[in-house]
Amino acid sequence: MFTELVPLSLTAELFPNGVFRYAVGGLLVGLGAVVIYMGTGISAGASTFLESTLSYVSDQSRFQQYRSSRDWRIVFTLGIILGAAVYAVIWQGGAWTTDVQPWRLLVGGIFVGIGTRIGKGCTSGHGVCGVGSASKTSIVGVMTFLAVAIVTAQLVQLMGVSP
Amino acid sequence: MPLIFVGGLIFGFGLGFSHMARPEVVLDFLQFDDFGLLFVMFGAAIVTGIAFALMPRLRDSAPLTGDAYGRRLKSFDRNVLIGGAIFGVGWGLSGICPGAAYASLGIGNITILWALVGMFAGAYIQGYWRSQRAASETTPAGAD
Repeated sequence: MFTELVPLSLTAELFPNGVFRYAVGGLLVGLGAVVIYMGTGISAGASTFLESTLSYVSDQSRFQQYRSSRDWRIVFTLGIILGAAVYAVIWQGGAWTTDVQPWRLLVGGIFVGIGTRIGKGCTSGHGVCGVGSASKTSIVGVMTFLAVAIVTAQLVQLMGVSP
Repeated sequence: MPLIFVGGLIFGFGLGFSHMARPEVVLDFLQFDDFGLLFVMFGAAIVTGIAFALMPRLRDSAPLTGDAYGRRLKSFDRNVLIGGAIFGVGWGLSGICPGAAYASLGIGNITILWALVGMFAGAYIQGYWRSQRAASETTPAGAD
């Protein structure tokens, strides 16, 4: 009896909200990437959209190199927004807004914009498609941003910033 | 294009369902309060892993583009570490990454526009800088 209770309480501690939403959501994220891959052979990533969309308004060579993919990347992003909206309408019961302070979102966003583009990928490109490809570059990339993000988040929490 | 839209729909729905579109949930993971994010990332990577391993054996090329099925392999250099570290700081500070930010807009989180503005600004800063550097490397150094 005791040996059964220990792993249960540990599970509850590690996953206070259970694992269902995370596991099912993760499988769907992967499925979305697979649908695109099966039809087109493209390994989709979300962060290239930032640069490819800038090619509409900037002539910088760095953005213009994504010219050929910029249209479908907008379609992909619109799909992501609408897919999440479908979830919100059916399960969430309306809009939800974050309490995380705007300065954290803005400053963090700037770092995300710089870092994902220099580091060749984000959580979807490296994390989902790259790790799924067993790419050593992506695995090292994921370990790097995961470790730094954990340290950063813990430091910010230690400094008493919440949320 | 319609297929990419459908793929995006499923992708975004998954991000909403998994609560990754909420910065608070990502921060809970990074602060070790809820390890659910691991299920999302590895669950998704397992699904893509199966497809990336199977598809090249089933068909030579993708039906819609004629492109060969390949894996997502990118060359390793120090940029992967530098960029990864910068991204890590941003992700740890804000709790949001690009795909989740788009999805967050979808779940009605208007406040996430701050992060999206930041991401575009960051992408522009590095793109401007790297474009200038690439240009100065290809043209011979001038009088300055």
